[in-house]
Amino acid sequence: MDTQNPEAIIETHGLRRVFQSRKRLVEAVVGVDLSVRRGEIFGFLGPNGAGKTTTLRMLATLLPPSGGTARVAACDLATQPDKIRERIGYVGQAGGADREIVGRTELVFQGRLYGLTVAAAKKRASELIEMLELEGAADRKVGTYSGGQKRRLDIGLGLVHNPQLLFLDEPTTGLDPQSRARVWDEVRRMHDRGTTVFLTTHYLDEADALCDRVSIIDYGKIVAEGTPEDLKRAVAGDVVTLSVVGDQQRAFDLLRDQPFVREARMENGVVLLYVDRGEVAMPAILRLLDGASLQLQTVELHRPSLDDVFLRQTGRTLREAAA
Amino acid sequence: MKLLRDTWLVFGRYMSLLLHNPVWIALGVLQPLLYLILFAPLLKPISSMQGFGPGGAYNVFVPGLLVQLGMFGAAGVGFSLIAELRMGVIERLRVTPVSRVALLLGRALRDVISIVVQSLILILLALPFGLSIHAVGVIVVLLLIGLIGLLTASTAYAVALWARDENTYAPLIFTSTLPILLLSGVLLPLGFAPQWLRNIAAINPLSYAVDAARHIFNDNLGDPSVAKGVAIMVVLSVVAVAIGARQFGRAVA
Repeated sequence: MDTQNPEAIIETHGLRRVFQSRKRLVEAVVGVDLSVRRGEIFGFLGPNGAGKTTTLRMLATLLPPSGGTARVAACDLATQPDKIRERIGYVGQAGGADREIVGRTELVFQGRLYGLTVAAAKKRASELIEMLELEGAADRKVGTYSGGQKRRLDIGLGLVHNPQLLFLDEPTTGLDPQSRARVWDEVRRMHDRGTTVFLTTHYLDEADALCDRVSIIDYGKIVAEGTPEDLKRAVAGDVVTLSVVGDQQRAFDLLRDQPFVREARMENGVVLLYVDRGEVAMPAILRLLDGASLQLQTVELHRPSLDDVFLRQTGRTLREAAA
Repeated sequence: MKLLRDTWLVFGRYMSLLLHNPVWIALGVLQPLLYLILFAPLLKPISSMQGFGPGGAYNVFVPGLLVQLGMFGAAGVGFSLIAELRMGVIERLRVTPVSRVALLLGRALRDVISIVVQSLILILLALPFGLSIHAVGVIVVLLLIGLIGLLTASTAYAVALWARDENTYAPLIFTSTLPILLLSGVLLPLGFAPQWLRNIAAINPLSYAVDAARHIFNDNLGDPSVAKGVAIMVVLSVVAVAIGARQFGRAVA
């Protein structure tokens, strides 16, 4: 392919997956074009059933695509799945550790599967246990773990062979807020070590807090892509809500025609300004009001959330879509 | 080389799981032992009837019991695989570069070892009852039972990977193994059977294994039916391993 991007660790063109369900053909993934850059944290955001997991499983060599092409970690998905498997890690929603087996044993066995010697696998297991702060749990059966410990072990299993690319399928679903924060920290540390992380989530705050870039998928199609900041800005920019002491109309007239204001409205006695970048517009607004001797009474800067992006692209909020 | 290493690794994992739970080995021996104690004595009076075959009650009955052990012992192995599917273990293994054949063969060989050990225990326990067999015969019969175990376990894993839940797997596997066992003459020699039953048995591969086992216990190692029974089991095992490994490689939704 001549469209290859050398910086991309994942590149797909028209990736499709069709399932046969009873007598119906279900299109789970309709045609996905993705480009994930080396070293970034890439988020795949969408409601349940949107095709996130199906796409992830195709890219991780677990499910053959029905159509389209993909290159993962510099290998062709269709012809070199074995090479890809050596270079990627994958942590599925169910995790992957056996409840009946001791955590450390699972890590050592996983290392052996990737070709490590017994000694090297044991050493690596100890490293991961320390890194993931599992010292207290490592020598117990996985069945006794808390949700957060189990999830950290699952991530450890995906990291045994130091993969360049790690897939995480809904890494924090079902975790309490504290465990969730620890998983986020762990993902950031992988990122700092240069690992590319591809994660799926249906939590907007997760995508927002963690990801360098995000793709929003709905009904098997990508509906938006970009940095969380860009995506939110594309919706409506930021919203400044303000009121002045005295005549609101004067403030409104003053500000409505400024070049940085995209749209202005008067609503319930306050002025609403839609601006491209709130942090740039704010000082200008303050200066203008000051110059016109208008005294500011209240001011508020509201940033649109990824939920606003999803709403704009799909006509539904993510919460509605998930229900 | 990689296949051998991978198979050994997978075998080691499942063997250690089994050894941590030896109660399963004991249960596997218990059922045939009950047959031996509570059912075999009933055969004594009819063992002289025409059609029962030579060798006395235990030398006719124990080979059948061993075949039954080989099959029933391996038919249920899919349950643990379904539990692993649910825990994501299988998916986690499939995403590593480990050989797909090893994923099947490693576990199936664990089952074979467990069945062979159970068979040996059963043979030793039957000796005081009046069973007689040569040391070489024991080795050949254990090989035969091991092959039946490999064939059944590989098939059971393939079915479990296809079915993906116990409610589909259990009826499928148990309603198919019982007629196969009954139509192979494990409980009583087919010498008693009416012609139509014998016709069906003739197309049942397992009846050739039972036949081979009885000849081995009759000190007839050189009989062509022994080589025939072993050969049929080898061919079917290879096919079953290939199908099972393919199921491990195939992605399932």
